[in-house]
Amino acid sequence: MSHSEAAHPHTNYVKIWGILVVLLIVSILGPELGHPVITLVTAFGIAFVKAYLVAMKFMHLDREPKFVMYFVATTLAFMALLFAGVAPDVMLHDGKNWDHSAAKQVVETGQALQGEGQGH
Amino acid sequence: MMVKPLATNRSSSGMSTGKLAVWWLIASEIVIFGGVLASYLMFRLGHPEWGAAASHTNTWAGALNTMVLLTSSLSAVLAHQAAEQGDGKKAARFLYFTVLGALMFLVIKSFEWTHEIGLGFTLQSGGFWSFYYLAAGIHAAHVIAGAIIMIWVAAYAKRNEELQRVEYIGIYWHFVDIVWIFLFPLLYIAK
Repeated sequence: MSHSEAAHPHTNYVKIWGILVVLLIVSILGPELGHPVITLVTAFGIAFVKAYLVAMKFMHLDREPKFVMYFVATTLAFMALLFAGVAPDVMLHDGKNWDHSAAKQVVETGQALQGEGQGH
Repeated sequence: MMVKPLATNRSSSGMSTGKLAVWWLIASEIVIFGGVLASYLMFRLGHPEWGAAASHTNTWAGALNTMVLLTSSLSAVLAHQAAEQGDGKKAARFLYFTVLGALMFLVIKSFEWTHEIGLGFTLQSGGFWSFYYLAAGIHAAHVIAGAIIMIWVAAYAKRNEELQRVEYIGIYWHFVDIVWIFLFPLLYIAK
């Protein structure tokens, strides 16, 4: 068994689970306040903290050889690259020399229906 | 006498081949789930009207399932700890508890989907629902696969055999948990 696979008897896994549960409760209650910034921080910011704790403390990523971290980071970089490359076409519905009228129409129709729903 | 092939035990990478294979699997899974989540995020930001569809998802069912998966991750890591101490029987017990978590997750999801489909929200009800069923469906398929493999690993662990596999399936299970940690706010909280 290599060093990275040696026993980790001192990690208090129940304590880490407790922290994860507290973070879960905060991520549910935070958005209830209705403030967009608080929702962003409590729901999405805390998701990153929870994922970090699970990866480091349960998957023991911090004790693995460095190359594991590198190839996991590489796949995440590919995901960011996909987002950066495609997002302008998907998130925007018009540009300098183009217009996605069908997408615009879908958004307008959806929002009109939403408005009607709120009016009733 | 059965001799294991050299590739099973070599550690030139600083870890066993089996564990290295699991990390490669995780890397490929990040690309699969990452693609789905990144696409969902782009469409969600480009279509504010999806908020109305998202308001129909049940936050409490999603939260309960998050709790179930976090707890099953705890039992998976405790199974790993028991396996490292050479206690295969204890490791198997923790693995069975993790499988119970997987079953609970699937039962809650079944009730949730039955209710939503009953209300008329199907895969074809719009962009949001397509992503909702696709992302949660792929994730549920991983939960089912993980549970089946865990039952198989536990059967060996009970006899104190192949205890290294307890850690391998644990790493996979924690990854499935991490995917849900991101799906929960995206599908259930952002309304």
